[in-house]
Amino acid sequence: MTTAAVPMSHGLILAGLLFVIGLTGVLVRRDIIFVLASLEVMLNAAGLAFVVAGARWGQPDGQVMFIFILVMAAAEVSVGLALALQLHGRLSTLDIDAASKLRG
Amino acid sequence: MELVFYISGAVAVVSTIAVITRLNAVHALLYLVVSLLSVAMVFYSLGAPFVAALEVIIYAGAIMVLFIFVVMLLNLGPQGSPEEREWLRVRTWTGPGLLALVLIVELFYAFVLGGLGGDIPASTGVVESKQVSLALFGPYLLGVELASMVLLAGLVGAYHLGRRDWRREPGRPAATRMNAARLAGTPARPDAWQEGGEPAIPVAGGERPSPTPAEHEETRS
Repeated sequence: MTTAAVPMSHGLILAGLLFVIGLTGVLVRRDIIFVLASLEVMLNAAGLAFVVAGARWGQPDGQVMFIFILVMAAAEVSVGLALALQLHGRLSTLDIDAASKLRG
Repeated sequence: MELVFYISGAVAVVSTIAVITRLNAVHALLYLVVSLLSVAMVFYSLGAPFVAALEVIIYAGAIMVLFIFVVMLLNLGPQGSPEEREWLRVRTWTGPGLLALVLIVELFYAFVLGGLGGDIPASTGVVESKQVSLALFGPYLLGVELASMVLLAGLVGAYHLGRRDWRREPGRPAATRMNAARLAGTPARPDAWQEGGEPAIPVAGGERPSPTPAEHEETRS
């Protein structure tokens, strides 16, 4: 009796789809909050790809990699949101195109 | 269990598209929470219950809460910033949307025709948390230590960048200010080389960090 299983290509297609949607968000949106949120979507999709690969071989390495990606995403989000607060504080806008002059 | 995978996958894709197309920041973040929860369901259906729980606890429960706190702090209005309506026209989306569509088609083609081998044994291949913990404390121990260093770097960076009290005189670098203080005769504060100097603790009645202890006491009382 064979149990029906999910093909690995379907899992990777889902990860790729989410990644490309996040990428579109990074390209189109100009508000820094949305850029950071789309970056989170991309990181989550990459983690999904790792977990799919780990589940296919029945090994914990995929989940371990996902944990590391999670840690990195958490550190990146805190620094990125601190930068967003600075942007809002100094330029009174959240448009990333407003920070266009490098001043000494 | 396969049905759970496909349904949760569809919910994830729909809510992620909703994230990038909203105008209101809080709506977008709530859709992002839904997307993360559905990806957690996908993890569970693939036999990875440990990372399903971690996704809910850490990603949806801590990182998204941080986002929402910052959006509340910045007090973005219900319409979002008024400029965004102008930016988000359909013609803005056609270029990146077409390129993304090309990427997606390529992806499907490569994955389905490339014959990526294997199925994920959904009901029998559950990787329990015990195996993950043994891997983390065994071969991946160095990675765990490095992850803690990344968190330390993030903590220090977020603390330093999050200070709102940088009272920088426009156009004057910090070294010039300290030398100007020394030339004017006022004792240069030892941390005057840092921008701002004082942490963001409000001092009663003072808008400048006081240069001498005597003035400091006066301001305090």
